[in-house]
Amino acid sequence: MPTGSGWLSPAGSGRSLPGRGLLLLTVLVLLEGTVFRLGAASTPDVSGHDTKDHHKATAIGHNSTKKAFPVLDLDYGHIQTPFEISLWVLLASLMKLGFHLIPRLSGIVPESCLLIVVGLLVGGLIKIAGEKVPPVLDSRLFFLCLLPPIILDAGYFLPIRPFMENLGTILIFAVVGTLWNAFFIGGLLYAVCQIQTGNSSELNGLGLLPCLLFGSIISAVDPVAVLAVFEEIHINELLHILVFGESLLNDAVTVVLYHLFEEYSGVGTVTVMDGFLGIISFLVVALGGVLVGAIYGILAAFTSRFTSHTRVIEPLFVFVYSYIAYLSAEMFHLSGIMALIACGAVMRPYVEANISHKSHTTIKYFLKMWSSVSETLIFIFLGVATVDGPHFWNWTFVTVTVILCLVARVIGVVGLTYIINKFRIVKLTTKDQFIIAYGGLRGAIAFSLGFLLKEDHFPERNMFLTAIITVIFFTVFVQGMTIKPLVELLAVKKKQEAKRSINEEIHTQFLDHLLTGIEDICGHYGHHHWKDKLNRFNKKYVKKCLIAGERSKEPQLIAFYHKMEMKQAIQLVESGGGVKMPSAMPSTVSMQALPQLPKGREEEIRKILRSNLQRTRQRLHSYNRHTLVADPYEDGFDKFILKKQKIIELENKPDSDSVPIIQVDLASPQSPDTVNVMDEFRRADQEENQGLMMRCPRGPSEPKKSEDTEGARDQQKLMRCLSDPGPSADEDEDEPFLP
Amino acid sequence: MGSRASTLLREEEIEEIKKETGFSHSQITRLYSRFTSLDKGENGTLSREDFQRIPELAINPLGDRIINAFFPEGEDQVNFRGFMRTLAHFRPIEDNEKNKNYSGDFIAFRLYDLDRDDKISRDELLQVLRMMVGVNISDEQLGSIADRTIQEADTNGDNSISFNEFIKVLEKVDVEQKMSIRFLH
Repeated sequence: MPTGSGWLSPAGSGRSLPGRGLLLLTVLVLLEGTVFRLGAASTPDVSGHDTKDHHKATAIGHNSTKKAFPVLDLDYGHIQTPFEISLWVLLASLMKLGFHLIPRLSGIVPESCLLIVVGLLVGGLIKIAGEKVPPVLDSRLFFLCLLPPIILDAGYFLPIRPFMENLGTILIFAVVGTLWNAFFIGGLLYAVCQIQTGNSSELNGLGLLPCLLFGSIISAVDPVAVLAVFEEIHINELLHILVFGESLLNDAVTVVLYHLFEEYSGVGTVTVMDGFLGIISFLVVALGGVLVGAIYGILAAFTSRFTSHTRVIEPLFVFVYSYIAYLSAEMFHLSGIMALIACGAVMRPYVEANISHKSHTTIKYFLKMWSSVSETLIFIFLGVATVDGPHFWNWTFVTVTVILCLVARVIGVVGLTYIINKFRIVKLTTKDQFIIAYGGLRGAIAFSLGFLLKEDHFPERNMFLTAIITVIFFTVFVQGMTIKPLVELLAVKKKQEAKRSINEEIHTQFLDHLLTGIEDICGHYGHHHWKDKLNRFNKKYVKKCLIAGERSKEPQLIAFYHKMEMKQAIQLVESGGGVKMPSAMPSTVSMQALPQLPKGREEEIRKILRSNLQRTRQRLHSYNRHTLVADPYEDGFDKFILKKQKIIELENKPDSDSVPIIQVDLASPQSPDTVNVMDEFRRADQEENQGLMMRCPRGPSEPKKSEDTEGARDQQKLMRCLSDPGPSADEDEDEPFLP
Repeated sequence: MGSRASTLLREEEIEEIKKETGFSHSQITRLYSRFTSLDKGENGTLSREDFQRIPELAINPLGDRIINAFFPEGEDQVNFRGFMRTLAHFRPIEDNEKNKNYSGDFIAFRLYDLDRDDKISRDELLQVLRMMVGVNISDEQLGSIADRTIQEADTNGDNSISFNEFIKVLEKVDVEQKMSIRFLH
């Protein structure tokens, strides 16, 4: 296409006058090209345009009518689709921005509600303008583009330990609960329709199977809605993982039920054989999805083992493998959501051990960004699709549906909890049950599934859609808005803010070993026994394959410790550097309760840091895409420590009984008077009790070396931190795989 | 269960154990059959070697210490009563019977605190860490981890972890649900 698609506009240099002129020229040329393309062109004077010939391959204009030379022209059709997509995304992002600028509003109303309202407004505007509302919640767009980022984000950062511990409960809620919901709602709706035979004729033709199909669509708890609402109420981990896990795992059930009823609605009957096949199909869908996801996850982990020289594209592997896993599962009509979750959860511990710090940050932020935008878009589209219709309002149907959904959910949760509590050590209280029942929100997945129904098979499609939308609105608005005050009212346990300390890590592992031992003594092959076996298998075989280099042998405790130390160092720098080293303070990891420095001191420190900062920035070249300047402080931070250790050991070799000086962390327990970080850099000879630094008993040369080591290492840490601010403190990363 | 009359469990013994430890009848009989299967010497008591014969326990890093927890101070044999008494610590505790003597935290603390001075010193912590972590890590690193651990948990500044401080840390780990085995309830 002979437009300026190949033209690299020197936009960056558009500051200076010649730059501006060049830019103007580019614009003119582009427009000219557009005009030529439109066909009603003047004589193409090729010779005169030989300087711009590389974007005007062919001269199109044939006819002879000469129009005035068009200086400015509009060609919307050319860019329409990407432009509209970008506009939607921009709208979503601006909305997100806007809500947080109005603090009061976001406190009362959850974001999802506001977004739906915005969607309604936009849809209304489009309708008023007379344009056709784009089918935004088209099922293909939804399932292939909007849903995967959210699920991948959830799966990658899934807290494995609580998930596995409550897996039984989650599965029972997801499978049995959804089945119960579907059949209860479907069956009772059918009964209501039968009762209504006398009155309105619309409900007459509603057979049992369409009712059951509708029931199966509306019964599934929606992960997007749950995430959106639960994110804001900061509920305790157990409840969060129960509801959220349920919303993820019920996808398999929904897929099977939906296909089952859709297939046989045409035929009219479902036999026992079909039911049996349905059960088998469910197992295939669920386990197949997980298997597909796990395979791709292992592939991704394996690939990441070799990426040490191409750090730039590391995040891409994570995203692409996950997306392909999702698409592969969808191809076989397996559960794509479960594939995605399995892929993310399986690949994460190995990938994180292999990739660089920066890639980790990239992955984290990209996932959060995409999922955030996706979620926003989904809610806006829900609003737009509502305006679009087509609606068919039937009072009986809709109200009965809403009531039945609530009732079914409550009965289901209460009944299942009664059974589950017999097997749980930590029982679910009534409060917990209430929150679980109340948190069963429906969302866009239900709508898309309804949208997917074909009008000719299901004449009641519009009625279904209206009912689905009403239920979604009800759950999101009413339940979404009231859940926060209810949580406060019932004094439900909130999420623990404190980060995981090394103490907890040690004791958790200790307890694991202890309980495994006791189980072995009792001869009981329980929970702990299998977990221990899996861990051992993981350590022995899997880690060696999938993790590159030295990290594969690193015990989990040490990896955790390193991570924590690094985080602390980063936090230190970010908080301005003027941080006192607390001595014997209970939790040094969370830098919350730190005393303030006197003003003068702080200024001094800031000045020092500022000058350091500037120096670093100049040192980092702005690299081009293809070659990341090998940042010596970037890769192999651990290798660096090891190297330093080895060097020191080598130097100390002739002295066999001297202890090599190894510095491990900044936050060493100091002597009672608090020591300033900056002082550490300057003062070489601290008092003997440095806590961590074991000096060898020999002479003055050693302390110098140690100070250099310490100073140099801290400098490295500083520069590394400054070049990459690192991920924000987030407990997601602290969870080791199968701890 | 063999035909050894002297080692068969009598009803009254079961009742006594039930009262003391809170296990149910079926659990006691089940554990008794396990006890006898471990008791190769068929003398009604277990020695350390009997425990060590359990293969999984051999590879457990804390295996030795766990075995030690079964044997009261200085003795080398443990009978069924003692066996049950130790296992009772790992029964899931109902809310109304919180009994400090039979809590799992206490056993866990005792596993750390070998010299029974009611404090976990730095050395004791180091020993446990060393057992859990293996041989790849240098002493200094381990030492710094131990120091950090003590620093975090120690509230009264005596550079060791007392039982109360230990409990406080375990609370965060939500120990009640973890310190029990599903089988034993």
